Amino acid sequence: MSDVKTETPISSFRIGDSAPRPDGIPKVKGTFAFSSDLWHEKMLWGGTLRSPYPAARINKLDITEALLIDGVHTVLTHDDVPGEAVYGLEHADQPVMAAEVVRYEGEPVAIVAADHPEIVRRALAAINVEYEEMVPLTDPEIAESVGHIHPDGNVFRKINLRHGDQEIQGDIQVEGVYEVGMQDQAFLGPESGLAVPGEDGGVDLYVSTQWLHADRRQVASCLGIKEEDVRITLAGVGGAFGAREDLSLHVHLCMLAMRTNRPVKMIYSREESFHGHVHRHPAKMWYRHHADREGNLVRVEARVLLDGGAYASSSGAVIANAACFAGGPYRIPNANIEGIVVRTNNPPCGAMRGFGAVQTCMGHEAQMDKLAVALNADPVEIRLKNALKTGDQLLTGQIITGTAPVAEVIRTCAEHVPSSQESSDLMSLPGGAGRTADPEHISRGEAIAVGFKNLMFSEGFDDFSSAVCHLEDGVATITCACAEVGQGFVTLAQQITREILGVEEVILAPAATETVGSAGSTSASRQTWMSGGAVQKACEEVRLKLLQRITEEHEISIDDLVLVEGQVLSLNGDFSISIDAASENPLEARVEYRHAPTFPLDENGQGDAHVSFAFAAHRAVVDVDPELGLVKVVELVTSQDVGRLLNPVQAIGQLEGGAAQGVGLAVMEEVLVAEGNIRNASFTDYLIPTALDMPPVEIAAIIEHPEPGAPFGAKGIGEPPSISSTAAVVAAIREATNLELPRVPVRLTDIVSVEESS
Amino acid sequence: MQAALILMPVTVARSLDHALAALEECPEALILAGGTDVMVQVNKGSLSVDQVVAIGRVPELQGWSREDDWLHLGAGVTYSEMMGKEISSMVPALAQASRTVGSPQIRNAGTIGGNLGTSSPAGDTLPTLFALEAVLTIRSSAGIRKLPINQFVVGVKQNALQPGELIEKISVPVLEGSQEFCKIGPRNAMVISVASFTLLTDVKENQVRSCLGTVGPVPIRPTEAENLLSNGVDWGKNEVSSEVLDAFASLCADAAQPIDDHRGSAAYRRHAIKILSRRAACRIFSEGNS
Repeated sequence: MSDVKTETPISSFRIGDSAPRPDGIPKVKGTFAFSSDLWHEKMLWGGTLRSPYPAARINKLDITEALLIDGVHTVLTHDDVPGEAVYGLEHADQPVMAAEVVRYEGEPVAIVAADHPEIVRRALAAINVEYEEMVPLTDPEIAESVGHIHPDGNVFRKINLRHGDQEIQGDIQVEGVYEVGMQDQAFLGPESGLAVPGEDGGVDLYVSTQWLHADRRQVASCLGIKEEDVRITLAGVGGAFGAREDLSLHVHLCMLAMRTNRPVKMIYSREESFHGHVHRHPAKMWYRHHADREGNLVRVEARVLLDGGAYASSSGAVIANAACFAGGPYRIPNANIEGIVVRTNNPPCGAMRGFGAVQTCMGHEAQMDKLAVALNADPVEIRLKNALKTGDQLLTGQIITGTAPVAEVIRTCAEHVPSSQESSDLMSLPGGAGRTADPEHISRGEAIAVGFKNLMFSEGFDDFSSAVCHLEDGVATITCACAEVGQGFVTLAQQITREILGVEEVILAPAATETVGSAGSTSASRQTWMSGGAVQKACEEVRLKLLQRITEEHEISIDDLVLVEGQVLSLNGDFSISIDAASENPLEARVEYRHAPTFPLDENGQGDAHVSFAFAAHRAVVDVDPELGLVKVVELVTSQDVGRLLNPVQAIGQLEGGAAQGVGLAVMEEVLVAEGNIRNASFTDYLIPTALDMPPVEIAAIIEHPEPGAPFGAKGIGEPPSISSTAAVVAAIREATNLELPRVPVRLTDIVSVEESS
Repeated sequence: MQAALILMPVTVARSLDHALAALEECPEALILAGGTDVMVQVNKGSLSVDQVVAIGRVPELQGWSREDDWLHLGAGVTYSEMMGKEISSMVPALAQASRTVGSPQIRNAGTIGGNLGTSSPAGDTLPTLFALEAVLTIRSSAGIRKLPINQFVVGVKQNALQPGELIEKISVPVLEGSQEFCKIGPRNAMVISVASFTLLTDVKENQVRSCLGTVGPVPIRPTEAENLLSNGVDWGKNEVSSEVLDAFASLCADAAQPIDDHRGSAAYRRHAIKILSRRAACRIFSEGNS
C-alpha cells in the first residue's frame, strides 16, 4: 500500500529550501480565484451609498424611490442593523452605516441588493439623502482642543513615554520637524465577497481578509447572532498590507443576504476602495536629539502626532509603536516621547506594513544625519556607535533578551559594493520615459538608514494561533485559519510539516472559522512565528503519537526511531515501517500556540510590552534633476535580520516588495486629502512605483542568528523592508540637493523652488 | 428598467461603411477604439453610454502610408505602432511621445485617433501633431472633410467632431531634421503629463516648430519663440548662442497658460516649460558662444 502514489510529482521542499508557492503559477496564469471571482447561480449584487461630505448631518434619508425600481430586492440603512450599530478592531466606534451624522467622505449610508450591478447603481442614485454640511475637522493639530466630533471624543490615545533623566542636556543638540503623508496600501484586488444565507438563521461569508476570527466576532455582534452562526471562509486575497484588517463590506453583505434570503456578492470599484479601507497615518513629528561630543546619544525628546481620521481602527496600537520605536534602534539612556493620535474628519487610518515605525523612522534617521553633520562625523559611524544590542534597554525600559544584530545590519549594508548597472539610456535618468534630462543635469546622492519594529502583538494582548494536524495514510492535512494574503504561509506550512513528519504530501485545508480556532491576524510580521509555531506544535504532537503507537506495537524504544522520507526507521536499521502504513489509523492533534507573554505600558510608557524585534538597513543612491524636481532611485542595498531563513525565494520577495513600498512613500505615494476629500482616488493619480522607478534590490546580507523562543529561530520578515527604505531614499535626495526636505513623499516642488525661477 | 439594461447595443464595425452606417443610424453613439480612456470613464460611472460603435476592427482605419513628404496615419494606429522603426524614423517626436503613454498593454490598445477624439489637454501626441500642423480626414456617411488640427481640438476635451462623424486618418509632413519630445510627470513611466514640450526642426526651410502640452486648454504653439529660434540658429553650423537659447526658453514659458490642479501647480508648469524648451533645443543645436 505504500507504493501506490508514485504518479504525482510530490514536492520534497523542507525548511530552508526555496519551495515554490502552490498558488504561484495559477496567479501568473490568471487562473487563481480571487474574492472578486466568487459566484453563485442565485446571487444578487450588492452596492453601497457613500457620503460625499466629510462632515454632515443627515436630515433625511428616503429609500422609497430606490425600492420601486424593478430588480431591486432590498435597500437597508442604519435602522436595519440588527445588532450592535458600531464595530471596530480595538474599540467599537465605527457605524455599520451612518445614523445621524457622517464623519468622513465615503462613509456608508445605505446598501442595496439587486439583480444586476447596473440596477444597483441606479438604485443607489435613487436614494434621496438630504445632508446638512458641517465644517469638517481636518487639522489634527487642533483636534484635541476643539469640540468633539464623536461621542467618544477626539483623542484616540495619548502616550507620555518617560525614560531616565527628564532634564539632562547633551552638549550637541539637533532639532527637526518632519512630516509623513498619507500612504495607501494600494493592493490590487479590491474589497469583494459573497454572503450566503444559511437555513439555520446563520450566514456563510466568503471574503478576502487578514483575520477571519476577528471579522467573525465583529460581524456576529453587528448582526446580533451567535458567533458560531457566522461562518467565514477565506476567499482569494489580492494583497492586504494592513488594509484588510478592518471590516469593510462584511456586515453589509451579510445583512443583504439575510434580508433577501439570497446569496449576495459585492465588489468595490477602485475609487470606492480608496474610501473603503484605512490608510497609513499621516504624521507630524518634532524631535530634539542630545548627544555628547563623542557622538553618544544622551537623550531624545519627541512629539509624534498621528491623524487617525474619523474612526479608531487600530490607531491605539499604531501610536504605541510610533512612541516605543521613536528613537530608532539605538541605545538612548534618557527620553521623553509624547505620542498622540487624534480623530478628525479625514479618511480613517489604521494598519499598514510597518505600523507606526515607518513614520518615526523617517524622523529619527533624519535626526541621526543631522547629528552626524553637527559632530562632523560619518553617518555610518555614528549609527554604529549607538547601535542597540542584546542586553540593551529600549525607551520602554525593556531589556532586549533576543537577538539584536543592529551593528551587523548597518555594517554589511554600508560595506556592500553593488553591481554597477549604469546605463546611457535617457530613460534611465530622472524623468524616465519623459526624456527630460541629460546626464549633465543630474546630481547624485547616497545615504543609509536603519529601522526596527516589534514582531507580533504587544502590550499584554493574548496573542495566539491554532492549528490542526491530521495524518492518515501518510498524507498530512493542516488546518489553520491563517489568512494567506500573499506572504507565503501556504508554502511555509507545507515545509514545516514535511520537516517534522517526514511526509511528502501535505494538504492545506481551507482557512475558515468553522474548522479551527483563531490564527490571529496576518499582520505585525507575526504569522511565520505564530501560525508557523502552531503548525510546528501540531505536527510534533502527531509525530509523538505516531512514534508512541509504533513503540507500543513493536516494542522499540522511542529514542531509537527517526522519520525519514516517508519511513519510520530504527537507528540500528533493524526496523522500518512506512509512514503510510503506520498512519492507516489516522492520528490528529489540535493545538494552540502562544508567544511569551507581554505586559501593558505603565503611565510613563514603561514596561516589557514586546516579544521580539527585527532590524533592517537600507542604503539608497538617487539621481536628482534639481531644476525639475524629478528623482530616480538608482540603487537600493539592504541588510536584514531574519533570525533564520526558512524560504530564501520568499524572503527575497518580501525584501524587494517592502522596499518598493518604501520607495513609493519616499517619492510619490500619497493620498491627497483637501478639506477632508480625497482628490486622487484612482491608480491614475495615486502613483505607485513602476519598473522605471524601482531599482533592483541588492541584498547585502540576510543575517541569521536564531531567535531564542522562535519556531526554528525565525523572525518575521514582512515589515522591516518598508521601514528604513523610505528614510534612506529621502536622505539620499537630501544629499543630492542640499535641501532639508523634512517631508515625504518628496514632491517636485519640494525640490524646485518655482517662485524663484518663473 | 431591466429591458434598458439588456439593450446597450454595441456595433462591432467590420468596415468603414459599416461603422459609418451605424453612426448614421445613431449619431450620438460612443465611438470606441482602444478604450484606454473611454472605458476608464465608463467604469468610473462618469460617462454613461447608450450605444457604442466599436471601430477597432475596421481595416480601413488601420495602418499608415507614405505619399511624398506626407505620412498618413490611420486613426487606428496604436502607440506601439508609432514607436516602431518605420514611423519613428519619419516622425521621431511622435514615437517619443507614444513611449510616454501608459504601459505596454495600454500602448498596444490605445490609438492616435483615440488621443485626438479625447482631446485632453494632457494628450501626449497632441503637441507634436500641433507642431506638425497635422491635417485630419473626417468622414461621415455624407462624405469627408479635412480639418487642420488646431481647428479640430478647440478646448478642454472639446473637438470639432460632429455627430455621425469619425476620424479616418491623420496626415503629417515628414520633415528633415532632428526632433525632441519631453514630458514631465511625478513618476518615471505610466503617468499623466504635468507639462510637455515638442521641438521639431525643418532644415530645408531653416525653421523650427514647437508646441507646449498640458499648459493650456489646448496645445500652444509659442510662435514668437519659434521665430526667434529659427532666426537665431546658425543653420550651417547647427549652432545657437546661449542668449538666444535663454530668450527662446523665456518666450516658451511666457506662452504657457497653465492652471493649478492636483497634478501640479501653474507656477511649476511654467517653470518646467522653460527648462524643457532649453534642454530640447540644446539636444538639437550645439550651444555656441556669441
